[in-house]
Amino acid sequence: MTTIFGINLFALFGQLLVGLINGSFYALLSLGLAIIFGLLKIINFAQGALYMLGAFCALLALKYLGINYWYALILVPIAVGIVGILMERFLIRPIANEDHLYSLLLTFGLALIIQGAFTHAFGSSGLSYSIPEELKGGIRLPFMYLPNYRAWIIVASIITCVGTWWMIEKTRLGAYLRAGTENPKLMQAFGINVPLLVTLTFGFGVALAGFAGVMAAPVYSVSPDMGSNILIVVFAIVVIGGMGSIGGAIITGLGMGIIEGLTKYFYPEASNTIIFLVMVVVLLLKPAGLFGKEA
Amino acid sequence: MNNLKLNILLLIIAVIAPAVFYPVFLAKILCFALFACAFNLLLGYAGLLSFGHAAFLGTGGYVTGYLMINTGLSPEIAIILGMVAGGILGAIFGKLAVKREGIYFAMVTLALAQLVFFFYLQAPFTNGEDGLQGVPRGAIFGLIDLSNNYTMYYFVLAIFILGYWIINRTVHSPFGQVLKAIRENEDRAISLGYEVNRYKWVAFIISAALASLAGSTKALVFNLASLTDVHWHMSGEVILMTLVGGVGTILGPILGAGIVVSMQNYLSGGELGNYIHIIMGFVFVVCVLSFRSGIVGQLLKFKRNNF
Repeated sequence: MTTIFGINLFALFGQLLVGLINGSFYALLSLGLAIIFGLLKIINFAQGALYMLGAFCALLALKYLGINYWYALILVPIAVGIVGILMERFLIRPIANEDHLYSLLLTFGLALIIQGAFTHAFGSSGLSYSIPEELKGGIRLPFMYLPNYRAWIIVASIITCVGTWWMIEKTRLGAYLRAGTENPKLMQAFGINVPLLVTLTFGFGVALAGFAGVMAAPVYSVSPDMGSNILIVVFAIVVIGGMGSIGGAIITGLGMGIIEGLTKYFYPEASNTIIFLVMVVVLLLKPAGLFGKEA
Repeated sequence: MNNLKLNILLLIIAVIAPAVFYPVFLAKILCFALFACAFNLLLGYAGLLSFGHAAFLGTGGYVTGYLMINTGLSPEIAIILGMVAGGILGAIFGKLAVKREGIYFAMVTLALAQLVFFFYLQAPFTNGEDGLQGVPRGAIFGLIDLSNNYTMYYFVLAIFILGYWIINRTVHSPFGQVLKAIRENEDRAISLGYEVNRYKWVAFIISAALASLAGSTKALVFNLASLTDVHWHMSGEVILMTLVGGVGTILGPILGAGIVVSMQNYLSGGELGNYIHIIMGFVFVVCVLSFRSGIVGQLLKFKRNNF
């Protein structure tokens, strides 16, 4: 019995799994965007490019330095985070007092530069990164075949998301971060080094994108435009969820991935537009977003 | 030099320019100049950053291209219908986008434009990746044949002047003043009793319709309507043109369009063609960091300070 009510369960669960995987990446990327937005009030358009950078770093590190997947999973986010810190310190901070739309345009320009550089160096066709030895193979479940690496993506990204949520909501550092979101000037008056906090926050948000990039390298083909395609979807998800809460960003990301997976099964023609359509519906019914706070 | 004199001078330059430059290249600049002016109406005068204007450029192109290929309509009707289609799309976009502000507005328009991109990618009448090729230029009113590049150029110039005039009128009308008030201080505009969202919406529709007019015209000039015009890169390009020339100035977007189009034409021929996106990104970063008022904006500042 693999069909119930005319639904092919194998195919349905397969698409649901793909949806969950996509959702994991959406969650990681929108989490990074939400953290950065909370403190800096800017949207980092380069988040997609840095995700792509993460994937390429993992690939190149393996090829030229022999750094395997597990080390890359730690080292690459640090490297990408440093790129982010340099970006924030030397490019974004000088215009922090201008209209925030300028920082959006600045990060857009940076995204063009990074993506253009990689297109120039590697062409626009995709490269592949092999799944680490330890996670090859899979488990046969009653209704589906679950490859180990895919299970790992879901588990690892949920752990990362929950860990980040815990750090922000439950630790002292997180309390500083939340206070900074509310009122940075007052916090500065209490003697906390706000500019440093801003830089580190930006670095961390960007590192999440790098981490997502390393995770994505073995499942998606590594290509220079992998970042820009996913980023626009993530923007729609951010509009759907609203950036008011960290938990909201995570839940919306995973949820939209699942909806996308279901659409791929029931009405494949709409699978790459469904999230935008959901955004339209949300804008009509609840303009501030599902978890949005502002009016 | 006052504005009237400057406009007349520019008109004279535009009329004699085909004697020096290739008319199709000039027509391309004019199409993008109109596109950038339409975009600037939103960003420069209402303070709304649309990241989805490619959708309107592309819609104008596809509608006009489709009508020219499949029906016997004359080009002016096909262009008007392309503009109407873009205006309707703009009304839908605008209605949704004005519900959010600032950065969210940019993200909503970008996402909606991506929706439109996927629609054109999959729709049967657009020929997907190939686009609509061999769009005939036809003859205006059935009389003046546009297949001659010089005739085409002057037709595009006439359309550009019409669009430019509409934008000028809008900016200097009481409606335009309210837009500026909203840009400067939205809360105060609300407290003065203006229905802010309605003003933004109307501005969005005008801007979208004029962007589609540019797209419709462009489809005739190049005999082509393709996905390039709907891609988010195009939305980025129009922002760059406006930024380089000067946000919120009347002439800035025209100058910016001229510079960016010339730059692309020059680069794509040479060995730097591969670096085109890197260079564009670099120009973006430099403009935002140290040149936010653009070329025309800087000139105006210089004039104010020294004369």
